[in-house]
Amino acid sequence: MNRLFRSAWVIARRDYSSTVFSKLFLFFLISPLFPILFGGTFSVIGTHSDTPQGPPTLAVIASPADVKAIARVRSALAERLGDDVLPRIEHIVPQAAPHAEAVRLLRGSVPPDAVLTGPLDHPRFYVLSHGDNGLSDQAALLVDQARALEAHGPPPGTSIELWEVKQPPRANSEDARHIALLGQTGLFVITILLAGMLLSNLIEEKSNKVIEVLAAAVPVDAIFLGKLAGMLALSLTFIAVWSIVLALGATVALPAQFGSLPSPAVGWPVFGVLGVLYFSTSYLLLGAVFLGIGSQASTPREIQIMSMPVTMIQLLLFGFASAGLGDPDGWLAWAAAIFPWSSPLAMLGRAAEEPALWPHLAALVWQALWLALAIRIAAGRFRVAVLKSGGRRKKA
Amino acid sequence: MTADVAIRARGLVKLFDGVRAVDGVDLDVPAGSIYGVLGPNGAGKTSLLRVLLGILDPDEGERTLLGCSRPLDAADRVGYLPEERGLYPAMKPGEVIAFLGALRGLPLAEGRRRAARLLEDAGLGDAADRPIRTLSKGMAQTVQLLGTIVHRPRLLVLDEPFSGLDPLNQGRLEGLIRDQVAEGVTVLFSTHVIAHAERLCERVAMIGKGKVRFEGTVDEARDRLPYRVRLRTRERAGEWRNALPHDAAEESGVWTFPLPATGIEPILERLVAAKAGIETLSIERPSLHDAFVHLLGPHAEIAEEQAA
Repeated sequence: MNRLFRSAWVIARRDYSSTVFSKLFLFFLISPLFPILFGGTFSVIGTHSDTPQGPPTLAVIASPADVKAIARVRSALAERLGDDVLPRIEHIVPQAAPHAEAVRLLRGSVPPDAVLTGPLDHPRFYVLSHGDNGLSDQAALLVDQARALEAHGPPPGTSIELWEVKQPPRANSEDARHIALLGQTGLFVITILLAGMLLSNLIEEKSNKVIEVLAAAVPVDAIFLGKLAGMLALSLTFIAVWSIVLALGATVALPAQFGSLPSPAVGWPVFGVLGVLYFSTSYLLLGAVFLGIGSQASTPREIQIMSMPVTMIQLLLFGFASAGLGDPDGWLAWAAAIFPWSSPLAMLGRAAEEPALWPHLAALVWQALWLALAIRIAAGRFRVAVLKSGGRRKKA
Repeated sequence: MTADVAIRARGLVKLFDGVRAVDGVDLDVPAGSIYGVLGPNGAGKTSLLRVLLGILDPDEGERTLLGCSRPLDAADRVGYLPEERGLYPAMKPGEVIAFLGALRGLPLAEGRRRAARLLEDAGLGDAADRPIRTLSKGMAQTVQLLGTIVHRPRLLVLDEPFSGLDPLNQGRLEGLIRDQVAEGVTVLFSTHVIAHAERLCERVAMIGKGKVRFEGTVDEARDRLPYRVRLRTRERAGEWRNALPHDAAEESGVWTFPLPATGIEPILERLVAAKAGIETLSIERPSLHDAFVHLLGPHAEIAEEQAA
């Protein structure tokens, strides 16, 4: 056993250091920035091209006194509600036929969003078909207030005493479900991004023929364990770097919101620790299978062919684990927690919804047992398939 | 373990898809000797070495390596150079050698120290800080060989170690093998180039189709064939030709035939009497190459089929 772990350590150390101290590692580390940068760039472009400029325009065809009253009401309301909430008022001097004028305006080349014709005691609202979007209600409010202004003068300003009550950082069931889903999604995305690398991990050794040197010197189980441990350490480095960056960013940019986040059932610190532990077991369980499957491949092309079904299987596991959310004692949640490859995802969801810690201890032991079994089987397949012979002869 | 046997195999069988790549091999490699495993391409040499080293498990039979029935238990005392050489291309020679040593239980720091010395001794000190991918093939092979001996093994197993090396590097490798044996290391190597085995080996096993066709010293292998007579005469034809044995063959004016059991004298007397005009006559001992062809060549296969 000592030899197994000593050999695995030698292999893991080489894999880890040869990757972390290479120039490509920086590229790997900043890779999550690419989708963020692309997303940001395209959303800016989209904002410039699609977003309408400011609030809607309401053309008012009425006497100057009525328009003045509406404008005063709008100013008063804008102070309380904000300027963008209310339509901009555009005064049109009334013609002989306000109806025809309203229709002409709406059919013009730069039409207003709606047209209001006076007088205030008999208003008419014109809008293109399907173009109302609540604008008629706002116009009605403005007219009501303008009429009240004309009748009673300006209302006295009311000052309201403000009392703020902080929400305790505790999750209700809906919050817990959201945290559980968020945790599972994060775990799933990180695992799918990082564990997929294991599919091609042995290609290097097979293509440069180092695999036979390794197999002659150390048990095949140690090669597997070393490869897994090396890649896990690499992934944890990746996660640690980004966790620190995101935590610092959140603390600096959103200090108030950071303190009032709803909490998972086990609390944030324990949830974080369990997240790391479940990532490790999920990564190792999937990685053992991927490494075993990948070791059967001889070329990068074969790896590419294998990638699709492997991704589909991961999606299935994610769907299975998330289906049990919201009902942690339901049969689906328990089934997902017991099936080894969905267990880490399901148990992280449970950590958000249930405060008990003993199921996590049991789950981690259960997952460790399956990990040992998966490594044994995958290593056995590897021995059978990979190192057959240098010179095979046909049957006589 | 018998103290003077480094490797022992009894009845080893390895099947691949029903084909017997190793077929009932018995082997005793004396400790401190240079032992050659000879055979044509596809004879099963590599499979045999892999089974002996524990890379593959045998389907039948037993083997012990430095006294261990589980070969990996002896891995820290064994060095192995596979036929298909390979190193991590981005690593530097010193790091590779230290890593290969660490796989065999040598602490990394000590491995680095020894690697620097070995590289200097091999004339590769200037290449120590260059990635493997920038080295020539011969340099890379030397680095891998140094990685095979950095942990000072008691047994070296080299699979086709001379392939791909130029004559100068082949000579260096022969020197290195002799140096290792002088320090008490047992060397087992496979080859299909007989000259190396003839120069280096004390004992050889000749393998064909997974079976050991011959096992013994190089002299014993050569003694499997009679001495050869080579004769060149001034006269191309004449009565003297009746003096030659029936199986004498002529090529480019030179006659060759096995030395008769009665010796050369009776033939010589008749040749002189018939005025053959002997220019040269030599009696040559068969080479290991001759024995190899005799034991594993097409004639041997035909004889085997006839016997079957």
